[in-house]
Amino acid sequence: MTKMPLGKGLNAGLRAAMEADDKVMIMGEDVGKLGGVFRITDGLQKDFGESRVIDAPLSESGILGTAIGLTMRGYRPVLEIQFDGFVYPAYDQIVSQVAKLHFRSRGAVTMPIVIRIPFGGGIGAVEHHSESPEAQFALTAGLKVVSCSNANDAYWMIQQAIASDDPIVFMEPKRRYWDQGEVDLESAPAPLHASRVLREGTDATLIAYGPMVKTCLESADAAAEEGNSIEVIDLRTLSPLDLDPVFESVRRTGHAIVVHEAAQTLGLGAEISARITEKCFFSLEAPVLRVTGYDLPYPPSRAEEEFLPGLDRVLEAVDRSLAY
Amino acid sequence: MSVSMPDTYVADDPAGAFPLVQLLTPEGQRVSHDEFSYDGDDDSIRDLFRDLVLSRRIDFEANALQRHGELGLWAPAQGQEAAQIGSGRALRPQDFAFPTYREHGVALCRGVDPALLLGLFRGVELGGWDPAEHGFALYSIVIGAQTLHATGYAMGLNLDGAVGTGDSERDAAVIAYFGDGATSQGSVNEAFDWAAVFNAPVVFFCQNNQYAISASTDRQTRGPIAQRAGGFGFRGIRVDGNDVLACHAVTTAAMQRARDGEGPMLIEAYTYRMGAHTTSDDPTRYRDSAEVETWKLKDPIERVKRYLLVQGTPQEFFDDLDAEAEELGRHLRETCKALPEPDLAELFDEVFVEGTPELAEQKADYLAFRDSLEPEGSAS
Repeated sequence: MTKMPLGKGLNAGLRAAMEADDKVMIMGEDVGKLGGVFRITDGLQKDFGESRVIDAPLSESGILGTAIGLTMRGYRPVLEIQFDGFVYPAYDQIVSQVAKLHFRSRGAVTMPIVIRIPFGGGIGAVEHHSESPEAQFALTAGLKVVSCSNANDAYWMIQQAIASDDPIVFMEPKRRYWDQGEVDLESAPAPLHASRVLREGTDATLIAYGPMVKTCLESADAAAEEGNSIEVIDLRTLSPLDLDPVFESVRRTGHAIVVHEAAQTLGLGAEISARITEKCFFSLEAPVLRVTGYDLPYPPSRAEEEFLPGLDRVLEAVDRSLAY
Repeated sequence: MSVSMPDTYVADDPAGAFPLVQLLTPEGQRVSHDEFSYDGDDDSIRDLFRDLVLSRRIDFEANALQRHGELGLWAPAQGQEAAQIGSGRALRPQDFAFPTYREHGVALCRGVDPALLLGLFRGVELGGWDPAEHGFALYSIVIGAQTLHATGYAMGLNLDGAVGTGDSERDAAVIAYFGDGATSQGSVNEAFDWAAVFNAPVVFFCQNNQYAISASTDRQTRGPIAQRAGGFGFRGIRVDGNDVLACHAVTTAAMQRARDGEGPMLIEAYTYRMGAHTTSDDPTRYRDSAEVETWKLKDPIERVKRYLLVQGTPQEFFDDLDAEAEELGRHLRETCKALPEPDLAELFDEVFVEGTPELAEQKADYLAFRDSLEPEGSAS
């Protein structure tokens, strides 16, 4: 066990993946000399060279489009999209090409591409730097989407994503980059596409991923002081969803609340609520509730504290669910 | 109402800043050029002629199959055979081509069974061949997207050290096909930029066939397409796209330059799509017949035939080729109808390398539903 911030866990995971397979390469804006604007790729170009850590032109569609050709030549590109709100110029290449080429070629072409996107708000950034576009990728057939919430998962999940032969959108909770956590460098990690119960409870189930996991754990602590026992599940994988642990939990607690930063309408919470309703209908003692961002373009940062789900909004939803 | 263009517009002025490289006139006369030459003998020209004739036959048969309801759509390439065969025959086995959806002649050059091109248009496939086996990527329907894929593949060649070693069996390059309409796309301009920045061994081969569906080239650009390259830091050349010898010579030179490690080049093959954009549109609505007649006189196949006849090619050669084209037509017709229908159940397994529980569940649901239906023809 060793302690490190989540961002450092990603850096160590990238380093381990590059050491393990010389076809792994990193490409993105400012990932080389600067080490990325969040320093996630810090030191990698120095140690692995300019041909394996490539400072890209300022061109998101170019980053994705050329990565497709690189995979066809046998490389495993790990791409950094500098900020969530800048992924849209690359959207066509991701959804029309990366997601479809394996299917279109009936398996002859594989796309082992990892698209790293620092996502979400809470860091006081200017516009386009705090968005949560994960649902737009999770609803795209042919893509897998994951999100880590702690340093240990950061270290292991990035390596698992890179080792996968399928294209993976890797959502990094940028407001948690600096959070310290224990990393187990030795023990085999949990499977990449598995959700995980982080805190056990008997009264209600909180379901979250990425940046909201910490918020939910803190909410569960606060709820415990009021005598409520809350279970917290970190989804970890957003596509495919691993909901069996969620169903198991909800059948026990009878109360489910999905929490995410992304806007409510057609967000992941909608899908998760629908599936809980399908599978756990007779166990539910309250409707599945959602605590999410509002259906607004991301607001000016001085308003983000109220826009983002926080402790109070989560606790209010817990109370509302338990009151049924 | 037409929009007036500024005086500097020269895109449709082949005699302007970018004169056409031409080695064989529409009358079938060989002409010389200061920089480029076709070095093959008459036998090799007969080989090119054979490819031109066969690729036109593919087009003819596919159009007919579409009219008979066997294909949902076809993208005709008539008129562009010289651009495709000239460039396609300039490739080596280790090279890689990234086509649009109209590169039927290039596919022929890359050894793809022409019948497999029909799957996409018949609706039984989304691809139809293994790109790695032929060095020929799947058709790309999104305009210009493939130019970035080509550039990335070429960057990979650089990383692999498969460029500039002097080993002619090893050094490789990439060719990216696109049309005049694609030059309006961001992807194509990004591909130009990346290729230049990374000195990628990629030849950009634009078949300027004068129309993007119904919009003529002057709706895409106000300057010659060949001139684009200069702004990105590499060279552009305009070639007579109906002259197979010139297309071959220029592409051969550009590909060799790229294989030698000298980076990208843009070739604008100035040509004309004789037919519709696809079998769904009606070109008489957007261009006049006089224009089509003018281009008929520049036909890429007739000029080679004229040359070969003057050279004394025996009639037997043409008769044999006719028979071969007939046989190809029969192969296309028969294979088209025999292409297997897609099985939806199999497709669930082809989304990912490693399938997901969600897809497995949906497949099981689908199969259960399918099995629950009455078998076809059973009376109740």
